[in-house]
Amino acid sequence: MLDIKGLHADADGVSILNGIDLTIRPGEVHAIMGPNGSGKSTLANVLAGRPGVEVTQGTVLFEGKDLVAMEPEERAREGVFLAFQYPVEIPGVSNLYFLKAALNARLKHQGLDELDAIDFLVLAKEKMKLVEMDEALVHRAINEGFSGGEKKRNEILQMTVLEPKLAILDETDSGLDIDALRVVAGGVNSLRSPDRAMLVITHYQRLLDYIVPDVVHVLAGGRIVRSGGKELALELEEKGYGWLNGDAA
Amino acid sequence: MSAPAWLEDLRRQGGEQLNELGLPTTRLEDWRYTNVAPIAETRWTPGDPRKDGVSRQELETLCHPVFACRLFVFVNGRFAADLSTLRVGTPEVAVHSLAQVLEEEPDALRGVLGEQALAKERAFTAWNQRELRDGAVVRIPDGADLEEPIHLVFLAEPGAEPTESHPRILVLAGERSRASVVEDYVSFGEGVSLTNAVTEIRVAPDAELEHVRFQRESADGHHISALHARLERNARLACHSVSLGGGLVRNDATVTLLGEGAECDLNGIFLGTGRRHVDNHTTIDHAVPHTTSRELYKGVLDDRSRGIFHGRVIVRPDAQKTDARQSSRNLLLSRGAEIDTKPQLEIHADDVKCSHGSTIGQLDPDALFYLRARGLTEDDARRLLTRAFVSEVTRSLRFEPLRVRIEEQLVELLEGA
Repeated sequence: MLDIKGLHADADGVSILNGIDLTIRPGEVHAIMGPNGSGKSTLANVLAGRPGVEVTQGTVLFEGKDLVAMEPEERAREGVFLAFQYPVEIPGVSNLYFLKAALNARLKHQGLDELDAIDFLVLAKEKMKLVEMDEALVHRAINEGFSGGEKKRNEILQMTVLEPKLAILDETDSGLDIDALRVVAGGVNSLRSPDRAMLVITHYQRLLDYIVPDVVHVLAGGRIVRSGGKELALELEEKGYGWLNGDAA
Repeated sequence: MSAPAWLEDLRRQGGEQLNELGLPTTRLEDWRYTNVAPIAETRWTPGDPRKDGVSRQELETLCHPVFACRLFVFVNGRFAADLSTLRVGTPEVAVHSLAQVLEEEPDALRGVLGEQALAKERAFTAWNQRELRDGAVVRIPDGADLEEPIHLVFLAEPGAEPTESHPRILVLAGERSRASVVEDYVSFGEGVSLTNAVTEIRVAPDAELEHVRFQRESADGHHISALHARLERNARLACHSVSLGGGLVRNDATVTLLGEGAECDLNGIFLGTGRRHVDNHTTIDHAVPHTTSRELYKGVLDDRSRGIFHGRVIVRPDAQKTDARQSSRNLLLSRGAEIDTKPQLEIHADDVKCSHGSTIGQLDPDALFYLRARGLTEDDARRLLTRAFVSEVTRSLRFEPLRVRIEEQLVELLEGA
């Protein structure tokens, strides 16, 4: 589904990723762990197409198509979803209106019928229940005045409504208490399926107790320095990232 | 029937003042950004009396949404009874054409017309006063509570020659009344026009008035306006100046808080597209203690347009406990667009709460990316964020259809540019 080869990228002119190779097949959940500044978020932003993050070398194929050449909105319509580390507050734009516009853009792109207001509301309510989101929140402006946890829930709500093929979670666990973490993970797990893949970026092993990965990668200095099964996350938890430095060299 | 002597005097004084003052030049501080030479150098003629102009159906499309129950239409400044919906037997509201009031109640408006809008202070007001003939008189009786807005449409329908109109609008809100008045300025057909409107508003004790000026004339329409409002004890006025059209536009608004407990919201939205020029000058005068004002003006400037906001807030020496907040926020959508903003507080009392601020910025790139990352095109995302920017003003409008219309028309004009 996702095929990254020899990827180098700059963020705002600074070289951050220095040769990433990563292949994710449908149905798989990959976790990317690593210390601060290792390039985790840059990788997520490269995949979503954030302006200012520039691919300098290498290729990224999504279902065989050149992802780098696509505009951010094309990627979203093709089924790539980034759950933001810092979801943006957008005063004056209703959450629900936005979500409906996003869903219909995706449905239209897939050649499917767009949802009318009533069908959309039924769907949205079902998903809100799933992520235990207060209904009052979705009638407000996007993320405006939301707590950190509410913003993350909103990301997962969007994800469950849009049903992407590839979901990228950028430190979705940061700032969440254990109850919120459980709910967020529940939303993510509800989307797990043989034709969907996930890339879970996290600093801590904790999230991986709830979203159990098939493969764990360790990112350091803009490269994947180690890959392994889910037990690698436990090892990192125990030993920290320091012991990897030797390996990375 | 000849005009009453006081009215003849008023017109004559208007003409004299206009001759004395002359139209303003950019040498005057208040007009330094706005050159009215295109108006001064044009030979203006009053429009033809209506023959076969706009139809009622075309009008309804133009003025969508029409609040059909109370629609009063003026073409080139003259009342058009055939286009208006005059519902007979509504004792709670009295809307008449100025011409009719002057004829039927020749002394009713003596001392009221021109009470606030002073010809000696402003050449365009003097010009309007010289041409004082028609317009709207809205008298809301004491205690009336009107659910539907009173919709006044001022249609600029230029002929072969540049066409002028000088409507005068009077709104007198009686004690404890509650009402909403919409002045709607639109163009029909091709041609050059000048609208030089003057509005005088009095809000009696404990009355609550919403006043909307919605201006969406064509780029060949010059639009000059002056609004004067006076608030008495515990009166409330919510004023919205929405300026989306016109080529050369100047809007002056002066609100005087004359009674304790009076509260005023003075809001504005102005849009610049193409090479339009939109100048807004406002004054809020806190004349007595315990009054409140909130001012929020939002400018959206695209292409090579130019916007100006100059807002004065005056707090008189004995106006203690004044609470005034003023804010000017501006969105520049293109490198060629320009905005000049000048908030100004003049405080002569010491126990007051006053603040002001202004910002100029672009659309938030993080917000744009967020929307695009969910599948919205860049154009859609920009449209949504621009609409959101002005919604801070529009959401306080009492009538949802009007709010929606303003936002939609703003987006349409931005795209058409």
